[in-house]
Amino acid sequence: MCLAVPGRVMNVVGDDPLERFGQVAFGGVVRRVNFAYVPDVAPGDYVIVHVGFAISRLDQEAADYALGLITELEQANSERFSADGPAGLPPPGEGWT
Amino acid sequence: MRYVEEFRDSARVKALANAIGRVVTRPWRIMEVCGGQTHSIVKYGLDQLLPEGLELIHGPGCPVCVTPTEKIDAAVWVSQQPNVIFCSFGDMLRVPGSSEDLLTTKARGADIRMVHSPLDAVAIARENPEREVVFFAVGFETTAPANAMAAYAARRQALTNFSMIIAHVLVPPAILAILQAEGNRVQGFLAAGHVCSIMGTSEYQLIAATHRVPIVVTGFEPVDIMQGILMCVRQLEVGTFALENQYARVVRPEGNGPARALVAEVFEIVGSDWRGLGELAVSGLALRDAYLSYDAELRFPRPCSVTSIPSACQAGAVLTGQIKPPQCSAFAKACTPEHPLGAPMVSTEGACAAYYHYRRRSIDGVVPVPEFAVS
Repeated sequence: MCLAVPGRVMNVVGDDPLERFGQVAFGGVVRRVNFAYVPDVAPGDYVIVHVGFAISRLDQEAADYALGLITELEQANSERFSADGPAGLPPPGEGWT
Repeated sequence: MRYVEEFRDSARVKALANAIGRVVTRPWRIMEVCGGQTHSIVKYGLDQLLPEGLELIHGPGCPVCVTPTEKIDAAVWVSQQPNVIFCSFGDMLRVPGSSEDLLTTKARGADIRMVHSPLDAVAIARENPEREVVFFAVGFETTAPANAMAAYAARRQALTNFSMIIAHVLVPPAILAILQAEGNRVQGFLAAGHVCSIMGTSEYQLIAATHRVPIVVTGFEPVDIMQGILMCVRQLEVGTFALENQYARVVRPEGNGPARALVAEVFEIVGSDWRGLGELAVSGLALRDAYLSYDAELRFPRPCSVTSIPSACQAGAVLTGQIKPPQCSAFAKACTPEHPLGAPMVSTEGACAAYYHYRRRSIDGVVPVPEFAVS
């Protein structure tokens, strides 16, 4: 049961850490979610929800880093394609796949 | 939706496919452990974007699929006992037992209810004090904290009419069983991202170092899987065998402490029987002594019965990656989601179901164009 989806925390209710819960928005759908396993959660956070429990808070910095690595790949790709390639390298020739 | 769309972006998928194509110089075989990852791969056609020779092997990470038939039979039997309200996740309802599945049992009059959270079953017990409420607690480490909370909440509320059938399994023993099997062809792993969000990464670091295989903790969206594959093949090409974390936005190396603490409070590790892998030591969970009153199999002792499995079902070979579902002679013929012979055809994370839903036309000779086809 690895199926879990990210959603945005709308509110946090309750004093008892194990029974703390709140509304989480998944696009247009709002569901009640148990926050026992994300004790530092606050409204506005994004969490991963599995069978009614938030199991992790999403780290925006880590997400940006992962996407940034791909942006570097895309840039390297477009440099390979440009007619004036990076200095010192020939443009891609026949046989490139 | 944030954190979803960015990781389904086709331009990013193409960039990663190109990068993989440039890195690979020889054949490699990588296993994605989690059924959710298998579904993403088959649905988005990611395997068709990979260079010739780079093969993805589908792993046993589908807890519904590896639940042995005996547990289904126990669930069917318990659900038929007097006064029982039987609660289960939807996926388990159509897994075939020796004689029938839970949905058929429900059609014949048993009070079987689908729930989305284990706490729903606890609420049903609270609201129906005169009934016996039983919950079918299935899952890997991702679901254990939720199921542990159900037992913990029931005890806290002093419920006497709630119990659970436990069919919980752990991922690392399955990976070890695959690595140690004769004829193993797997050279690298994409580890299950949500399992690791609970357990952290240390168990996998140990496996990577001991068995000298690269392991990349990977998410579930197309961009995640392609990035995980790129990280894995880069290691394979240079011969390293480290643990890496592609899914860092969700997975921390230390995992989820409060979740693991409650699981340890409620459950202990025991040997377990797996469909397809057989009996594996220290591979499952059972309720600790303090929580044994919530064990449904003790509360409803079942008379011995014979377990039978259709001989044409090759779930075991599919779950260990020895064959792909279309190679099973029963695939899409005797075995369909409407009339399954085994669990992988029924579960939303099952490999057979994935191929049936997304690849049937290619099996019939018409090759569908994957959503991210590189032009």
